[in-house]
Amino acid sequence: MPKILNIVETAYRATIEEQDDTVLWLTHMLKNAGADICVLLRANAVNYAVRGQDASGLSFGENRMTHSPEIDKDVATMIEKGVAVYLVDEDAVERGLSEGELLNGIRKIKRRELPELLDQHEQVWHW
Amino acid sequence: MASEKTLTIAIMDAPYESANSTSALRIINAALEKGHNVNVFAYEGAVNLTMKAQQPHPNPVKGTSVEQEQHPTTKDWVASLFKLASTKDVKLDWVNCGLCVDERGAGDWIEGPRRGGPKDFLDASMASDATLVIPTK
Repeated sequence: MPKILNIVETAYRATIEEQDDTVLWLTHMLKNAGADICVLLRANAVNYAVRGQDASGLSFGENRMTHSPEIDKDVATMIEKGVAVYLVDEDAVERGLSEGELLNGIRKIKRRELPELLDQHEQVWHW
Repeated sequence: MASEKTLTIAIMDAPYESANSTSALRIINAALEKGHNVNVFAYEGAVNLTMKAQQPHPNPVKGTSVEQEQHPTTKDWVASLFKLASTKDVKLDWVNCGLCVDERGAGDWIEGPRRGGPKDFLDASMASDATLVIPTK
């Protein structure tokens, strides 16, 4: 099974409507289907690794959204399933994210280490 | 109490593609709640926001059924906005760009929107207190 790296950089792309992130969802599905897959969060998507996110409370008129996206929980579940989730350390620092704000199990990686990470995967999908 | 203020808003994004759609609907909701009239020009992929055939789906990742997931559809959200406008006794004039509809085969939509074109957007904008454009980026 070839190793796949999903690179996610566009954050919160229609996550309210979809109730999740479409690429993380796809990663879940592919993992369930037996894929050897991991995720790299970069750019604004590093915020997906921040714990305690709350997108609840949306309503239009009388139509209330009862199931909001829980991106941090989705990422945590993915890690529990054995999906390695990497995060570009400098991207997190630039956005003021501290170590204590991040989910357990997130693997921080320096930009200079990215070529080596990419080289470890037969397929690199940059979303 | 309805006001004399009218907002025109142009949107371009297709549903389930970006946060722009949700942001636009939130702005429309807020304007209607405050008693303002709102004109919407749904351009390009935004004409799909009101398609009648949209259906919620289950989530195989979470193992939830259609009923448990309560997956939102933009056509239901827009329908709620029309209901809100009626409740507030203000006008929501939603124009789907006709050429955009034709090229997408997106002509079957919920009750409320009407077919129009760029001239409708221009006229609405000229007659409004403010115009907001939320383009696809």
